[in-house]
Order: sequence, then C-alpha cells, then structure tokens
Amino acid sequence: MMKKVFSRPKSLKKTPFHYCPGCGHSLLHRIIGEVIDEMNLQERIIGIPPAGCAVLAYFYFDIDMGEASHGRAAALATGMKRAQPDKVVFTYQGDGDIAAIGTAETIHAAARGENFTTIFVNNGVYGMTGGQMAPTTILGQKTTTSPGGRNEKRDGFPINLSEMLAVAKGSAYIERTAVNSPANILKTKKAIAKAFRVQLEGYGFSLIEVLSPCPTNWKMDTLEACKWIDEVMAAHFPLGVLKDITGDKKDAH
Amino acid sequence: MATGMIEIDSELCKDCKLCISVCPHRLIESCDRMNQKGYYSAIFIEKHLKKEGRKCTGCGLCAIICPEIAIEVYRA
Amino acid sequence: MPKVLMRGNHVVAETAVRAGCRFYFGYPITPQNEIPEYMSERLSKVDGGVFIQAESEVASIHMVIGASMAGGRVMTSSSGPGISLKQEGISFLSALELPAVIVNMSRGGPGLGNIAPSQSDYFQATRGGGHGDYRNIVLGPNSCQELANLTYKAFDLADKYRTPVIILGDGMLGQMMEPVELPPEVQIKKLPHKDWTLTGAKGRPSRFLRSLILDPFEEEEHNWKLMRKYERITKEEIRWETSFADDAKLMVVAFGIAARIAKGAIKRMREEGLKVGLIRPISLWPFPYKAIKELTKKVRHFFVFEMNMGQMLEDVKLALEGDGEVHFYGRPGGIILTPLEISRVISSYYYQKRLG
Repeated sequence: MMKKVFSRPKSLKKTPFHYCPGCGHSLLHRIIGEVIDEMNLQERIIGIPPAGCAVLAYFYFDIDMGEASHGRAAALATGMKRAQPDKVVFTYQGDGDIAAIGTAETIHAAARGENFTTIFVNNGVYGMTGGQMAPTTILGQKTTTSPGGRNEKRDGFPINLSEMLAVAKGSAYIERTAVNSPANILKTKKAIAKAFRVQLEGYGFSLIEVLSPCPTNWKMDTLEACKWIDEVMAAHFPLGVLKDITGDKKDAH
Repeated sequence: MATGMIEIDSELCKDCKLCISVCPHRLIESCDRMNQKGYYSAIFIEKHLKKEGRKCTGCGLCAIICPEIAIEVYRA
Repeated sequence: MPKVLMRGNHVVAETAVRAGCRFYFGYPITPQNEIPEYMSERLSKVDGGVFIQAESEVASIHMVIGASMAGGRVMTSSSGPGISLKQEGISFLSALELPAVIVNMSRGGPGLGNIAPSQSDYFQATRGGGHGDYRNIVLGPNSCQELANLTYKAFDLADKYRTPVIILGDGMLGQMMEPVELPPEVQIKKLPHKDWTLTGAKGRPSRFLRSLILDPFEEEEHNWKLMRKYERITKEEIRWETSFADDAKLMVVAFGIAARIAKGAIKRMREEGLKVGLIRPISLWPFPYKAIKELTKKVRHFFVFEMNMGQMLEDVKLALEGDGEVHFYGRPGGIILTPLEISRVISSYYYQKRLG
C-alpha cells in the first residue's frame, strides 16, 4: 500500500512559478508553504512581498498578503503587526530591498524588537532588474554594474546585515541558511518554523537569511550556482545561528 | 527495505537538473522530448517498472530539491 | 458643549483620537512636534492605541500603510521636507485605495526652508504630489475649531471613499491657541465594517492588496476606477464659505490662515465703505470651481491672496475660464501679514481699479 509522502503544500495556490529554473524563490515559497501548513497558520498569517522577483508572491501563496514599496516592508510589517498582534506577520525581502533602500527600516524594526519575522533572500544581485550589484555582492563578483568585478575602492565592501542585526537588542532570533541542497533546505525549513515560533511566543524580531541561487544573473547553470553558494558565498556569509535569545536547545542543529 | 515511487509533472519541470543530481540511485534522467514550455523535462526511469523491480526507496530527496514542486513521492 | 483653550496641533491630535484614530506614526519636525508628543501620551491611555516615533517620515508613512491594511484608523503628520519624503507612500495609499489621514503643518520652503508658516505646499497636496495619476481629498482649515471639525471629518471621508485625506494646515494654525468645542468620542465598534482588510484568511478566501498591475489594460482600468471615485468625491465633498459677498465689487480668494487674515482686513475695509467680499475654499481638492465661477454673475474683480508665489491662483484662473480680472498678491517664505497690512494692499488695488 503506497502512501503519498510528499506533495504540494495546501497554502500554496496551484499556479506554476514564473521564476527561473533553479531559482531559490521557488524553493523558499514551497518551504514557507510547508511551514504554514504544518503550524496551521494559514488563517492567521499575513505576508508582505518585496519589490523584486518575488513581487508576485501573492499569486502563489494562498494567504493574505499586502504589497510594500521597495525597501519598506519592515515599516509596513511594524504597522500591520502592531495593529493586530495576534496575527503572524512576515516580510519576504531580497538583498537590495532589505540592505540597500530598506536598511533603516530593518535596523529600526530590529532595534524596537518588532515582533514579526523577516525572510531575507540573499542572492547577491538585484535579480528582477537584470543583475546589478547589490549590497551583498562580494568583492570580485561580476554584475551588470560591476562589470570588472566588485571593486573595493569604487564600490566598497558588501554588508553582512544579519551580523549587524544580531547586535540590536530587540532582535530575538537570527539565523543564516541556504537552499542549495536537500540538507540545507531542511535546515531552512526548521529555521523558518523556529522564527515563526519565536514570533508566536512574543520574543521579538526574528530574521532568517537564506543564501539563494540566481543562475540567470550569475550566468551559471543551476548545479554550478548551488556549488558556488557552498564554495564562495558561504565563506563571506557563514551559515548558522547568529542570535537566539530563547535558549531553546531542542532546535539546535 | 522501503519501496517507493515518484511522479514527475513534466509540464512543471524547467530542466534545472537538481533532482537528477541528488537521486542516490540515479533514477532520474532528462527526457529527449520538449514539454510545452520548451524544457527537456526530468523523467523517472522506473516509471513503468513494477514495485518488485524498482530501486526507488521513496527517500524524497528529489522532491525536496525540486523548485517547481513537480515531484510527488510515494512510499510503502 | 463647553469650550477648551487649546493649541492647534493638540486639537488635531485630540480630535483624531476622538474620531477613532488608534494608530499614529510620526517623526519630529517643526512646527508640528506637538502632534507626535500629544499622541505619545494620549494613545498610551486608550485601548489598542499604538504610537511609534518612526526612524524617518518614510518609515512612518509605510507604517501607516501597514496599519491601514489591517483596517485601523491611522494618522501621520509632518511638514515641508517630511511631507516630500512621504509622497511615495501617499501614491501607494492612493493606488491601494487605503484610508489614512495625513496632516501637513506647512512651513517655509523649498528645501530645508524655515519653521515659519506658509502655504507653499498647495500644489503638492492638490495635484497628487507623488508619482502617478491620483488625487487626495485636501482640507484647508483656518481656525482651531476648523482643525477640530475637519480632522474629525477626515477619518470618515477616508473610510467612506478608501482614500487618503490631507489636512493642509500651516505652522501658525498649529501653534495658535483658541477656544474649541471638541467633538464626542466615536464608538469604534459602531464604525462600518471594512470587508477588504488583511486580517488573516479565516472563514474566507485569502486576499491581497497590491498596486503593481503589469498588464496595461488592467492598469488603465484601475486608473479609471480611481477616476470614477474622484468624480463621486467631486460631486459630494466640495466645501467653501463666502463672506460679505452680496454686494461685493471685489472678491478676495484665500484659504487657510491667509483667509483668516483677509477676513480681518475685509472687516476693516467694510467699515470704510469698500465693497470687498471673501470666498474661502475649504476643500482644496475637490476645488469649488463652480462656486467661484458663479460669482462672475455679479463680480468682475478677484484678488487672490496666498502665502506663496501663486498656487491656488491657478485654480482660481481655471475656475473663471477667462471671465473677470484676477490680481495676485503673495508672500512666500514664512511671512505673515497683519490684517492691516493686507487691507492696505487690497484697498490700493480697489482704488486703482476705480471700484469705489
């Protein structure tokens, strides 16, 4: 007797994704959908999509969603969560959204300990607009606005936002994961579930940074892109838990 | 010994080849015909085999790594 | 009801709370600092009151968006550079059809300007201000009592039409103290239910609020939908006031604090036998074009007085459609004329035109 052990999460609509082959967004949408299903949050969760490739997230998630302008999701989430503290509010933001134009809003939301969760999708480029340099583009990385590779003198250094946010007293749980292998995907799922639990228990600001492949703008095939995350990106953006005030040992991995 | 089976919706597949790279028994290959979107989608080579002849254990690694949620996994 | 002596900025804050506003997100900028200060105290004393001093005016307008999406009555306030920072957010509020009240206590500009009162944000408020084709209801109070009445009304208008409402005040209105009759507290539970909010998809299909509409035909239709709403508002929400108009040979057109000063001047001139009247638009958008045009049946001369370089002037000219003669006198940069000073300017013009 065969039992189905893997299928599409209920909190995702049946719409096929428009994302590129091998894009991390597709994986993350499914992971979040699974967490929403397993924690039974569909009726009380509100998501805030970014300006970026995932701007159309509301066509995929079967949950209430409210669009924010570029970078301002943390402010929107602040207003939304303060207005209805019993709901689960999460933002879903790319690296440009959160660490360039949205830096102030993100840091202040963390500093204030706003009780929502941010899913930070880090693919080291501005994806939707064609692959420009982002705050998390690493030195030497070629993008359309750093054709010779990111240069220390001209472009400065990339930003490790999660490390910065871990310093904020209001941040409760910060972890960096990746979605480039089944093992990392499962860790990402656990991390997001923990972040939602942190929110439900009122600990404060939670953020999961997910290193995500962008094969199209990195000009690599999917398998190369996944390898690049392991071999290059993770050296600059190390995976692991950066902050955890809950003292919850059972989630450690 | 668990026995398993997968079903791949070839119309959702975008030929990223991630499933092919993670299957421990190499049971997924690229099709030689395009789907409607122009991708050479992944196919399960044991699709037409009976349960006894299959090597698939239903581990689900392919489904976990598939970005398009194109794979459903069955396990006995 | 008994009257209280209150500062304009405090009146705005107090009436907002009485109108059911439970969410205020703001940032310090002179001359409206009393609004966030009052709100920080007042909202801590009401059930469900939320006050945040945000990290910038940009952040605060987006917090407004979030709380409005959740169905609350929300307000923010600022001046000059801060209002400019909010324009993207206001464009988004308009596109998303979200109710909100935005208070601008205008100051001298452009740029950092000064903290003296001016009326130089008229274009910004009435022409949309941010990108895209939209209009916001703009109300121009000229007294502390009107600050109370119009702020109270603004929340109803915002909810009724699902649109931002701008209270276009100025630094003087914000700082002056006058006796005010405050309106009664609204019962929040009795407010009409909003069936479009993001509250979690319980017992209903999920919904989303967004302004990105990639298909041009759909986006066009959305624009027309907004346009039809603006036409409804134009039909029902024009407000203005005339004084000394019956036998006037010259009509002064002014709004806000300039109208207050002009009225004082007109009282003086009337005592000296000059037949001057005043028409004061109260809704700056929708603008009382017809009411001004109507006056041309009896009056030929119009004197526009504003504390700027000529902004409402253009709406007056549009209203008149070439009829009549328009004269403009403006003082930008924060200058406040006294009624005596402006009466001299108006009288001089009156005599030059041989209207006596």
